[in-house]
Amino acid sequence: MSEAINKAVLESTQIAIMEQLPETGVPARSPLAHQQQTASRTAPENPGVYLWESALKTHLALRGDANNADFANGVEAATGLALPEVLQSNHNNEWALSWIAPDEWLLTGPGDQALAMEMSLREQLGGHYAVINVGGGQTLVRLAGPRARSVLMKSCPYDVHDRNFPVGKVVNTVLGKSQATLRRVGDDEWELVVRRSFADYIWRWLVDASQEYRLSLEQPTQGASKNRAGRLQASPVEN
Amino acid sequence: MFYIYCPYCGEHREEEEFHPKGQAHLSRPTDPDACSDEEWGDYLYFRDNPRGLHHEIWVHAIGCRKFFNATRDTQSYEILETYRMGDAPRVTHFTDTQKS
Ligand SMILES: [Zn+2]
Repeated sequence: MSEAINKAVLESTQIAIMEQLPETGVPARSPLAHQQQTASRTAPENPGVYLWESALKTHLALRGDANNADFANGVEAATGLALPEVLQSNHNNEWALSWIAPDEWLLTGPGDQALAMEMSLREQLGGHYAVINVGGGQTLVRLAGPRARSVLMKSCPYDVHDRNFPVGKVVNTVLGKSQATLRRVGDDEWELVVRRSFADYIWRWLVDASQEYRLSLEQPTQGASKNRAGRLQASPVEN
Repeated sequence: MFYIYCPYCGEHREEEEFHPKGQAHLSRPTDPDACSDEEWGDYLYFRDNPRGLHHEIWVHAIGCRKFFNATRDTQSYEILETYRMGDAPRVTHFTDTQKS
């Protein structure tokens, strides 16, 4: 792993970069590992909500000026993704890049690629910028299913209706008595970035809020949550 | 429900995402060593407390986490405008319709 650290980049940036994945013998533990172990595995029939953790992914915070071509082009060269506009996100098969603030973006992707991606960014970026590995401080939670939006409507003050929250939009807002960054990844699927210390609280909140819609703690199989047309007829009040 | 417009996110957001941070447009004495104790004390400790129009700093704490300015009527709580850091306020006195 440590061969990935490029000496030239280290010297030119004078930044201490290290492999943050534990070496052999030390298992990595996600903030929600204890929930995964104790969760009931009996999925209800025809679940309305699916909830699962997208554990131990790479989380890199990027800071820089979008008007600085060295920064914007460098991000695109390293990730293959253009810097998204305000409250938007761009993604490819592996990586997702979300707008967080006018000078901040969050890059998430495969858990074993953090060091390689950080090195690649530092090779490509120029000017005044920052790349910070924040993977230890937060995790990703996925919420899917025909009633996923109903769960969010109960949980946050933000308007998650289609007209205000199309697929691809990213919003950091209040969730329960904590906060989360919501990204709509599909018609019926959402990704939540939650702080490590609040992950347990938010998980329990979502589990509780999902009970009435028949909650499955498994990732849905392909096509399970695609039946959108049927939902629209079944619950006209929400649309 | 009380919505505040964040000039960085470019949309109205629920008030609980924001925190007020006091009077805006305070400038630090350019040469602290040369200013009097009174000038320094004014800058450090004394704030306006007007009845009516007030320019103040807010932060979109549970959002983009950026600080911005707001012009607010302290009598009615009405926010007349929000604008980015470094910008000048457009509303500097009440128009007849706004006067409470
Ligand atoms: Zn904002």
